[in-house]
This record gives sequence, C-alpha cells and structure tokens, in this order.
Amino acid sequence: MPKPDSLQGSLELLVLKILARRAPLHGYAIMTAIEQISSEVLRVEEGSLYPALHRMEEAGWIGAAWGTTDAGRKARVYSLTPEGRKQLDAQESRWNAVTAAVNHVLRMA
Amino acid sequence: MSLWTRIVNAFGGDRLNREIDEEMRLHIEEAVASGRSEEEARRAFGNLLLTRERSRDARVMGWLEGLVSDVRFGVRQIRKHKAVSASAALSLALAVGSSTAAFRLIDAMLLRPLPVKNPESLHYLAYTFPDQAGKPQEGDSFSYPLFLQLGETVKGDAELLAISYAYPVDLTFGSDAEMERAPRQYVSGNVFPTFGLRPALGRLLGPDDNLKPGAHPVAVLSYDYWSSRFGRDPGVLGRKFRIGEQVYEVVGVGPEGFTGTETGVITGVFVPTMMNQRAIGSVNWSWFRTWVRPRPGQALEPLRERLQTAFTNHRREMIKGFESNLPRQSADAWVRSKLTFQPASAGASRAQREYARALAVLGALVTLVLLIACANVANLMMAQTAGRAREMALRVSIGAGKWRLIQLVLVESAMLAATATLLGGAFAWWAAPWVMSRVNPPDQPLQLVLPADWRVLGFAAALSVVVTLLFGLAPALRASHVQPAYALKGGDGGRSRLRLIHVLAAGQVAFCFVVHFSAGLFVDTFQRITHQPLGFNPQRLALVEVSVKNGKQVTGEAWRQVADTLRTTPGVESAAMCSWPLMSGNAWTGTIRMPGKGPEAVEAFYLAVDPGFIPTMGIALKQGRNLNEADKAEGGGAAVVSEAFVRRYFGGGRAVGRTFERLSREHAVRYEVVGVVADVRYRSLRDPLQPVVFVPGDASGTFAVRTAGADPLAMAPALRTAISQARPDFRVSNTYTQQMLVDKWSIRERLLATLSVFFAAVAMALAGIGLYGVLNYSVQMRTRELGIRMALGASARHVGARVMARIGVVFAVGAAAGLAGGLSSERAIGTLLYAAHVSDPGALAVPLAVVGATALIASIPPLLRAIRIDPARTLRAE
Repeated sequence: MPKPDSLQGSLELLVLKILARRAPLHGYAIMTAIEQISSEVLRVEEGSLYPALHRMEEAGWIGAAWGTTDAGRKARVYSLTPEGRKQLDAQESRWNAVTAAVNHVLRMA
Repeated sequence: MSLWTRIVNAFGGDRLNREIDEEMRLHIEEAVASGRSEEEARRAFGNLLLTRERSRDARVMGWLEGLVSDVRFGVRQIRKHKAVSASAALSLALAVGSSTAAFRLIDAMLLRPLPVKNPESLHYLAYTFPDQAGKPQEGDSFSYPLFLQLGETVKGDAELLAISYAYPVDLTFGSDAEMERAPRQYVSGNVFPTFGLRPALGRLLGPDDNLKPGAHPVAVLSYDYWSSRFGRDPGVLGRKFRIGEQVYEVVGVGPEGFTGTETGVITGVFVPTMMNQRAIGSVNWSWFRTWVRPRPGQALEPLRERLQTAFTNHRREMIKGFESNLPRQSADAWVRSKLTFQPASAGASRAQREYARALAVLGALVTLVLLIACANVANLMMAQTAGRAREMALRVSIGAGKWRLIQLVLVESAMLAATATLLGGAFAWWAAPWVMSRVNPPDQPLQLVLPADWRVLGFAAALSVVVTLLFGLAPALRASHVQPAYALKGGDGGRSRLRLIHVLAAGQVAFCFVVHFSAGLFVDTFQRITHQPLGFNPQRLALVEVSVKNGKQVTGEAWRQVADTLRTTPGVESAAMCSWPLMSGNAWTGTIRMPGKGPEAVEAFYLAVDPGFIPTMGIALKQGRNLNEADKAEGGGAAVVSEAFVRRYFGGGRAVGRTFERLSREHAVRYEVVGVVADVRYRSLRDPLQPVVFVPGDASGTFAVRTAGADPLAMAPALRTAISQARPDFRVSNTYTQQMLVDKWSIRERLLATLSVFFAAVAMALAGIGLYGVLNYSVQMRTRELGIRMALGASARHVGARVMARIGVVFAVGAAAGLAGGLSSERAIGTLLYAAHVSDPGALAVPLAVVGATALIASIPPLLRAIRIDPARTLRAE
C-alpha cells in the first residue's frame, strides 16, 4: 500500500500542471520543478513519484518516451496527452473549489 | 492503448522490470549530477524493490500475467509427464475427432438449412397409410392434377411447389456414344422465385417456363454440375443436351451452394415439370413431392385441414369404379390417409429418412466414447494433482487463492483439450468424407457437400470447451480444496478423491459396455442380413440395362435376338431377360383373388421374365416345370410361383395346375401355376419373403448374364459390343452386377457394424487404460496399508484379493448400469436391427465377457505390484 502522504491527493495535479507548462520532462526534472516553484515548501518523494507517473501513464494522461536530457544523458521523458489536459482542468477546478471552501471555513469559523 | 500495453507487459515481465530499474538508476545519476550525494539519493527512494513492484502493478494486467505463468507451468508439467500427457491427448484426440466427424455428417445430412430464403418456413406434404402388415408407411409422392387441386384450395395462404425426386438419368451433350448420367429434378415454375435464388449465369426457371405440357425445353444446370462437367465455362449457355428423345437448351446456372432439395444427392439439371409430358395430365402418376411455403403468419393446422379435405375427396373420387378389386380395408385406409406437414428446412430426401436414425445412433456412440475419454483424462489429472498435493498446499500457504488453483488446473486441461482438438480436427477432416464414400450403392452413391465452415469449427471449439470442463473441473475443484496444514504434514484427503475416481471408472465400464453391446447387435444384424438365403446365386452375374434408341417400339423378337446373341458370346454361360432384376428396388405388385373368393389382403410380387431367367439365376425348381417359349400368352396363362406364394394362398401342398387371378384396376387376369420354385428375395433383404410370381413377358429391359470368369464386370465391353452388333438400335444404358444390388441393401448395416466395432475397440482401449490407471493409483495410495498388512503376516493371495475386491465392485456397478442402459436401448436402436434383439442373452453375455476380460487384463500389472510390496522397505520409507 502507498503510505499516506500529504501530497497524495495533489501530486497528480502538480505533475499534470508542471507537464502542461514545460513538457517534456523526466522524473527528476519534474521533482525539482515542483520543489523550486514551491520554494522548497513541497517535497516530492521519489518512492511516490514514480509509481504515480506510471499509474498516470497507464491511465493515458501522460505519455512517456526514452529521450536525452539537456546534459545529454539518457532519460525517460514524460509529456501531457489531450486526455491528461482534460484531467488537469477537472482536477484543477476541483482543487480550487475545495481550497476555496476550506478557506471559507477558516475565515468564518 | 493502455489495455494493450498492460497485456503486452504481462508477457514481457523481465523487460518491464529492466525498464523500471533503468529509469530509477538514471534518476539517481541525475541527482548525483545536480550535486546530491549518491547515498542520499538512494535513501530518498526508500525501498527500491517496493517502488518497483508498485510501478509494476500499475503497468501490468495481473490476471493475465498469472495466466501466462500458468501456461508456462502447464507446458512444463505436460513435458514432465510425457507418456501420460501423450496418451491423454491422443485418446482425447481420437474421441474429439470422431465426434467432430460425426457432427460433420449429421450436420450435412440433417441439420444444415438449404441455402434459400427463409428455409425454416418450408415443409413438404406426406401421408401415412397402413401397409399390408398393418404397419404405418409414409408416402410423399403426388400427381400433378392433385397438386393443382391442392394449390387451388390454399390459394393466397400458401405457395405450393412441385419438386420431383432427384433420379439419375442418361443424358448426352453430343452423340449417343457420349452418354452420361446426372440426377435430374423437375421443378414447377414458382420454385426458384419462391426460394429467392439468383442465377450464377443466365437465368433460372420461372412461371413462364411451366405453362404447356412439352412446350418448354429449357434447363438450368446446378452450380456443382457446371463446375465439374464444364469447368465453369460461361459458354455453356445455349448448349443443347438430350434426355431420351427430348432435347433441352441450357438457359442458366443455379447459384453456388444450391445442390437441389434432395439432401444426399447433388442434382445436375433442373427442368420444368411441364416437360414430364406423359405424367403431367395423369392422376395415376405420382412422381414429385409437394412443398409448402405458408404465407407469413399463416398457422399450419388450418392449412393442413383444408389440404386434407381436398386430398381425401380426390382419393375418394379416384377409387370409384374399382373398389371391388381391392380388399375393403385397404381401400378405406387408402382413402383416409392422414396428410402431414414435414419440416423441409434441411431438404427432403430418402437418404435422410434412411440414415437419420443410424447417424443419431453413431452420434450417441461417439458421445459415449468421448465421455470415456474424458473420464480417463479426469482420472489421470486427478491422480496427478494428488501427487502434487504438497505443491498445491505450498501455493495456498504462500497466498494463492482458490480461484488461482482452479485456474492453474483448468489451464492445463485446456491445453490438453486444445491439442486434442487440433489432432482430432485433422482426423475428422479425413474421416467424414471416408465414411460417406462407404455409402455407395451402384446406381446412386451418396453425395453430400461437407464444408468445413464456421458451423463445424464452432462445434469443434464448443466441444473443446465442454471437454475442458468435463475433465478439468473435477480435478480443479479437488485441488482448490487442499488443506495446507494437512497436506504438508504428509497426509492427504485421498479417501474422497478415490471415491470420485471409482465412480468415474464405474461410469467408464458402463459406457464401454453399452458401446460393445450395440456394436455386437449391429454386427449380428449385418451378419444375419447378409447371410440370408437369397433363393438365387448372385455370383458371376452381370446385369445389363438396355434401352431402345429414339424410344421406338420393337417386337419381342428383337429382344430375343439380342438374348440369343449374348448366349453365344464367348465367356457367357447363360443369359436371360427380365423387366428388372431381383432386388433392384423396383416392384410390380398386384392383388390376388382365388377362384370364387374375395380379394386377398396381401399382395403378390410379379416379375416378367423369359424362360431362361429361372435357370440363369440359379433358382431351384421345387414342383412342376419351368416356363417355356410356348407360355407367352398375352393376359394370363402359365405362371411359376414361389413357395411363399403356395403357403400364403394355397395353404401349402401341391400347387401345380391350380389357378388364381391378378386384379388390376380394370380387369382380372387369370393364371395357371405350372411350376413352384424356392423362395427368392424380390425387393430387399429386410422385407419378409414375399409371395412371388414369375410370368412370361416380352416387356424386357435388363439382361442377366452368368459369366464364366470370376469378375462379371470384366465382360461389360464384350457384352456392349455384342448387343450393338446384334441390334444397332439398342443402347446399353447401365452395367452392374447382381452382387452390387444385393450389397446395396446392407450398406447401412455394414456402415453401422464397421463404425460401431471401431468405436467399441476405441472404448475398450480407453476403458482399459482408465481401469489400469485407477487401480495403479489406488495401490500406490495404499502401499503403506498393504505393507503393514504384509508385515503382520497377510499372504500375497489375501493382499491380492483386497486389491481386486475394489476393482470388482467398480466393475460390477459399472456392468450393472451398462446392462440396464443396454436393455433400455431397444427403443432407440430397435428399428436398425434385423432379427437381433437387445434382450438376447448372447447379446448381453459377449460384451460382458469382453469388458470383463479388459478389466482383468488391465488389473494384472497393479495386482503384481501390490503383491510384490516389500513390507520392510515400505515401512522404512515412512
């Protein structure tokens, strides 16, 4: 069983968002991108990232191919599929709705 | 896409693992390159193996991966037990192949719908009437005037079609020397349109081709005839051919796959009913079947009632005027014959009627053999899974679910079944046409289209599934009930497994008995029917059918001239003339009246012959004299009768000099008995011996020629030459032997006897293997027990008796069940038997002895093994 993780629900959303902006990226680059953009607030664990990537690949949200990095190293790079873009929109709006609701509760309680 | 990759990944497990590992490795490299320490990067991954498994689960179709590994494991198991697996696969292949071959025949003969529009709505009319012995007989031939009357009756509610029997006729596309034979069917003009058929070439026959008698000399060839005779040459349109004196023009070719309506005969040419000029206007000439296509939604019974009324009225009208010449009862029964609708979706033919039951019985025998084979394989598999109890227990204890175990065993059985189906399919491919080629009467061999299409393939595939379930399920369920703690400790739940195995073995004995029992009856029937006294000697007898060119009338003198020429031909011992040969299937029957009495209930059979016939045929003269040249009085005179005739009408005793009358429609003909001959078979081998009358006659069509050489057909060319030299206007239309005619009546019996003996042999072999396996297994299971008994002083005889007691019970139960099955089979096979009965003690004793001997032989090796158990070694091994 995947261990409970604060990022569990949002990891997929983050990966989809990153890939929507900067595809194609390999696993390590996705991880560092999330860390950098969140100013190192969000840390992705490798042990969670790869199973998530492979799950999303099988679901058809992202595609994978063997390519080379900027530094010329071999890597498996991921990019968003049209299906994944739809998924991103759906998850993003759900996330916004949930956080808005949570904020509302925090303010009003 | 993702489904596909998951399926692919299930097959390429290793490649997938490597790929995931590679990605992880590159990730760590990347981390190191960006300045992290390798150790730290590695630690960040946590459990690498776990991560890999989680990734893997996302990318693999789990159950398929399991299935693939089961198949690999199954292959290994099968390879490990080569001998057992091979014998299982082979015995199954034989059984599956026989079943598929039987299905091919049954399907082609009885089930396959005609390739016409809505075949399921087609029926043909039949009527039942009691024959002389009071047994119901079925008739289905109609006259054209009656057909028109019936059509009028149901106009608008049903379409009636006239389709004649498919009899082979002599026809030629060139000169007389190029005569050939092809089955012809007369069809009414509405047949092709109602069937919704489209021509492959030219046009088909329509209503306009069937208006005036003799005015439509056009013909349509069947696609098969066009292919085999003309190589599908489109130039065939407009060609002329001649049947008798009538010249026809080919106007079209029927659609591919349509071989006529007489299943078992591939029709060559279709011609309009109006071209049967002699018959078309006559109420006395019944020569075709009446087919019915009801209007959609029209109920059958009201239709039948209307047709019945018209039919009965017609018959009542017909019988007026000569009622007094018929026995009262048979006249009534004839008028009141019941009309029925017979389903005709698969065609209508005599061959279907003759072979339906025989094919059904063969199908049943084949099914029993299949069940025996299945029980065999199930027992083998069960014994094998018992040997694997520990392995199964291990699987359960490391977390394999019940379904996983069932799947494992079922996969193995499916692989066996698939192998057997492939081998069996190859067998069926060869066997079905071979069986059909055995059904080959001289004048009309059975012709069936035997396609290997989706019906046959579907049957084989379905059979494969059923077989898998039949022999795979029991071992699979057994395996799934394994108790790990118990099995791993070394004990096993052998008792209930052994019970199931014994039940299956008893079933095998029962089925084997039934197969042997019916085979015995069929062999007995065949022997009785072929060893019946014929009353004549069929050896070295050639039969030459002769017709006169241009159908012109010739005198009896011309026929006698030909007979004389044949008698002087070298190699001929004697020659004679008859209107048709004995046992040809033709019959001339007439009601008999003794002087001063009423018509007799039983008809006599007549044959017009010349004086040479009785000696040439080798028929024994019992009283009086043979016919002679002076006996040729027209309309009565001298007659030679058979002993059955004397028994039936004169009550035995001396018959020479007595007189009797033959009643025909119009008048009575008086005969005087001049001689009595031994009983002869007139029509078939199955009919009881009929009263036969030989009368002198000029009407001749066949020469019976006794040759000096052993092979009468070797004389055929010489006879042909002699005939055309004697009378250039005579033509030989067919040559065969008397033996062929005799054999024709036992083709079905020979086929049944041959095939059932084959199945009996297969059943015996399979059951023997099965019993051997069962006993061997039970000795193996009881080695410890028997060892202890021997250590305690039990003698070898005692141990042997204990072992044999078990198999004795299995055999007794199986034989009792088989006996009961055999005795109750009378209804199913009774009509196929001749003078053989299911309750005959001999019929029961022989199969009992054979199956018993099989069981005995099969139990010798395990028995030896049991009494050779070394107690010391057995106990040490524990």
